[in-house]
Amino acid sequence: MNDVKCECGHVNPHGTVLCEACGKVLDETDNRKELLDMRYEGSARRSQTYNKTIIDKIWNFFSSVKVGVWLIIITLIASILGTILPQEMYINLPPDVYYEQEYGWFGKLYYQLGFHDLYGSWWYLLLIAMIGISLVICSLDRVVPLYKALKAQRVTRHEGFLKRQRVFGANSEAEQTDLETVKKHLQAKRYHVREENGDILAEKNRFSRWGPYVNHIGLIIFLFGGMLRFIPGFYVNEDLWVREGETALVPETNEQYYIKNNQFILEHYDKNNKTFEKALNRAGEVVKNYQSNVVLYQREGEKIPGEKPKLKKLEEYKIRVNQPLSFNGYSVFQSSFKTEFKAMTFALTNKSTNQAFGEVKVDLTNPQEKYDLGNGYSVELLNYFPDFEFDDNGEPSTKSRVPNNPAFIFRMNTPDKPKGETSFVAIRQTIEPFGNNTYKLAFKGIETKNVSGFIVRKDSSLWVFIIGGIIFMIGVIQGAYWNHRRIWVQRKNGQVWIAAHTNKNWYGLKRELEAILAGTKLTMPDDQLQRDKEVKEVV
Amino acid sequence: MKKRRLVMRTIILLILGAAVAYSLYANLTKDTKQKVAVGEKAPDFVLTDMDGNKHRLSDYRGQGVFLNFWGTWCPPCKKEMPYINNQYQQYKDKGVQVLSVDIQESELQVRQFAEHYKLDFPIMIDTDKEVMTAYGINPLPATFLIDKNGEVVKYHTGEMTEKMVREFMEKIKP
Amino acid sequence: MAALSSNLLFVAFILYLIATLFFGGSIKEKKGLSEKKETNKWGKIAVFLTIVGFVSQLGYFITRWIAAGHAPVSNMFEFTTFFGMALVGAFIVIYFIYRTTLLGLFTMPVAILVIAYASMFPRDITPLIPALQSYWLHIHVTTAAIGEAILAISFAAGLIYLVKAIDQTKSSKRTFWLEAVMFSLVTVLGFVAVSSIFSGMGYHEKFNWVDKHDNEAVVEYTMPAIAGPHEGELLTKDGFKPFVEMPAIVNAKKLNTVIWSLIGGIILYGLIRLIIRKRISAALKPLVKNINLDFVDEISYRSVLIGFPVFTLGALIFAMIWAQMAWSRFWGWDPKEVWALITWLFYAAFMHLRLSKGWHGEKSAWLAVIGFVIIMFNLVAVNLIIAGLHSYAGS
Repeated sequence: MNDVKCECGHVNPHGTVLCEACGKVLDETDNRKELLDMRYEGSARRSQTYNKTIIDKIWNFFSSVKVGVWLIIITLIASILGTILPQEMYINLPPDVYYEQEYGWFGKLYYQLGFHDLYGSWWYLLLIAMIGISLVICSLDRVVPLYKALKAQRVTRHEGFLKRQRVFGANSEAEQTDLETVKKHLQAKRYHVREENGDILAEKNRFSRWGPYVNHIGLIIFLFGGMLRFIPGFYVNEDLWVREGETALVPETNEQYYIKNNQFILEHYDKNNKTFEKALNRAGEVVKNYQSNVVLYQREGEKIPGEKPKLKKLEEYKIRVNQPLSFNGYSVFQSSFKTEFKAMTFALTNKSTNQAFGEVKVDLTNPQEKYDLGNGYSVELLNYFPDFEFDDNGEPSTKSRVPNNPAFIFRMNTPDKPKGETSFVAIRQTIEPFGNNTYKLAFKGIETKNVSGFIVRKDSSLWVFIIGGIIFMIGVIQGAYWNHRRIWVQRKNGQVWIAAHTNKNWYGLKRELEAILAGTKLTMPDDQLQRDKEVKEVV
Repeated sequence: MKKRRLVMRTIILLILGAAVAYSLYANLTKDTKQKVAVGEKAPDFVLTDMDGNKHRLSDYRGQGVFLNFWGTWCPPCKKEMPYINNQYQQYKDKGVQVLSVDIQESELQVRQFAEHYKLDFPIMIDTDKEVMTAYGINPLPATFLIDKNGEVVKYHTGEMTEKMVREFMEKIKP
Repeated sequence: MAALSSNLLFVAFILYLIATLFFGGSIKEKKGLSEKKETNKWGKIAVFLTIVGFVSQLGYFITRWIAAGHAPVSNMFEFTTFFGMALVGAFIVIYFIYRTTLLGLFTMPVAILVIAYASMFPRDITPLIPALQSYWLHIHVTTAAIGEAILAISFAAGLIYLVKAIDQTKSSKRTFWLEAVMFSLVTVLGFVAVSSIFSGMGYHEKFNWVDKHDNEAVVEYTMPAIAGPHEGELLTKDGFKPFVEMPAIVNAKKLNTVIWSLIGGIILYGLIRLIIRKRISAALKPLVKNINLDFVDEISYRSVLIGFPVFTLGALIFAMIWAQMAWSRFWGWDPKEVWALITWLFYAAFMHLRLSKGWHGEKSAWLAVIGFVIIMFNLVAVNLIIAGLHSYAGS
């Protein structure tokens, strides 16, 4: 594990392929190849040189690009699997029912394999995490040696290094003025020109070499943001339903904020709209707007749950899709709506004469026990089932507290029936449990009200994602849209040698080289890779 | 030189490993995480019962509180209510208070329910679901056992047998 | 305004067709190594026509925007057409970097196919549902389409590479798969032909059928039903009786369209083979004789390099910004989002393989082809088959 001293005097770390300073090939097994492998400048990537302890082994595993690519491909395939059937969050039935019902045995298998929540599974998370580790270690392992190698490079390069560049040519005839012209051209093309003993090294856009590492940093920050979300309080995501006219506490705000829903508005496109006429005829109704007109309040003073809060009005706002209400880091989004029954009206009616003795309006969220209709007529509500069903014993019961399917047991007290008559009333049915009644409660009408569905979100990790995203874009553009180019013009054996290297876009490099050599006696160097291929193709 | 490299690698791998382990752990436990965990102070609240009496949790400091959340529509709630009532009779003089909170139903339903099952302990309605939110409850029934210092001793969700109710009350007897 | 818009699109389409012929002509002339040589007269006319066509299509885009009041990228027809336009635009840009007309000969037919495919969808101007009413929609969709179009250029270049590099004298796995790519392109043409024929005939037939929830429903076919719906009952008098009945969970109507497209594709492909009497790729081989392999390889790689950042910005970053506003979360694992991620992961793997494993040349060309397949899958299959938030009203 000794460092290697090159004949030029530069001391290279163990494992170096090309001398950092002069470019001489240090690894003799590499010597026979016709062109140099210039990846990472032939520097000593550390992962490949130390492989002793378990730590080194883990390190080297994650440092391998091959492993990285495999991780990407496995993640890619896993992601595809998750799109075959809808994920859990996009279905509206319990998953153990939904998949089998909708997709048969395949759906059942899909559910049993846990693919219904693939992106939230531990192994998918682990894959992403491993990509993250790979990003960190791969980058660290390469950027440091690459930086050192690029920094240590000297102007004058070893013959073998120049000869085995992809673009290389030797000129026997050259005048001193030619070199001056070349230099001028190089500078005009924004090359950074260094000179040493009459040798020239022109270099530009070295920063583009850092692009991959910059974008990896961006990605790591992005993944870090994802991790932050697991910290309690960093990420709030709650559903909130508010009925029209009601005021509700905004969850996860430390009982600080309240929201009142004044009105929910649903608009459709006008069928007579000229522009959209044809499309609307084909598609039917198309929603134009979902909107909730709300008032935001802040609580004043201290309060514990259950106490009536003292509220201060902050603002009125129209929450629409794409236009959330934002305050103090929280955002309230319009996400859905539903219509609920609000009140039902019945008329106490004599069945044979059809004479009515007054109306009963039952508030479905807060019904009264007794409705007095005067003149000795009254209706008592004995039992109320907001979401009526018959339970396992055949008894009437309620499925939930929401008035989806209201049913009532009334006692109708009338002067001629002092004991009262009992009637079971549900939507579209009436049961008279104790024989024939004289009176009935005739259904008169139902009132509804809208309930707005909101999503309350606070995402303190958002800025991390934004920074990560910006850094990623900078890195990827830096690496993709600029090319690191180097041109060597050096005197060797009484000739002028020209060699050039770029990390990509050789075509552009060659065109630039043509312009640089224009007006001189120097000839355009060959693209040795292409020459070889052409020879092969001809044969 | 070699040593330093090994130390560096070890540190970096440890940090990364810890981050991954934390994420995995948090991901696995995110569904089971309780808003009010055992050992924590039970959030204070104040609600009015069916007879118009105000009950503030912190007023019961020094007693054990059997805090039950329920609804008339929930079948297990119906089953366990009589058990709670029985045990309430046994323990109310031994320093255990039962507070039972209905979630956002109408007074009529709750009153009829209480009459039907002849419940004696204070019943209050959490009209705005504030207490439910503060305790992060889902699903019903849910029971919090709070000791004389106002700390949560146990959180139970699902139906209870009479034996369990007794054991629970025994647990918080001061 | 809407009528003018359609006319401009039609003009663009015709111009692209003619330009393709001229691109073909520009290759036929004897040339040396293509790299340094000036474009010949045919080629110049072809490029000129392409640019005029592009401007005309830009006119379509602008006029339709004015007519609709929102950027025309909000349904399948509009988005796919825009993708075609972006493809032509990307080609023009790459052409002025590398000056090779051969790339036009391969890119323009793809663009034409894309636009023809687009016009098989309902072309009415559609109103925007609330979630789409955001200028981020326009920014996101257009940038994503431009990114995908630039990436598609790498497919065209990859195709040139494969046509040239693969030995057609004996059949192998490589000749098979390359031919499979050609066949897929012909099948798109088959779909366009079959759809146009039946819609020209005004073909209709209706079925009563039972869906997977045991509900009765009516479905209208616009092509004769080879694959009929579940427990389908033909309502139209002289309608075509289905050969097979599909189970309820299969969308029989869409499957029927796929079957017809395949039939159309097979017939067309058969005819082509009958006429040229060799593989399509073999027939194309003389056209690419003069191109240098490294040169096309570089065009292909360069397109990925240029397209990848644009794609990331449009399909992921802008998409996240919009999703954050419309749905309150920037990422929700919607199938379309996931497929954008898959595309992104694929090209990321592509670049890593190229950089560190040295996958140049043919391997790289195959990857470019697979990348295009993924993009097309995202455009076509995810919208029409895998329903999600992005699913446009498909036919």
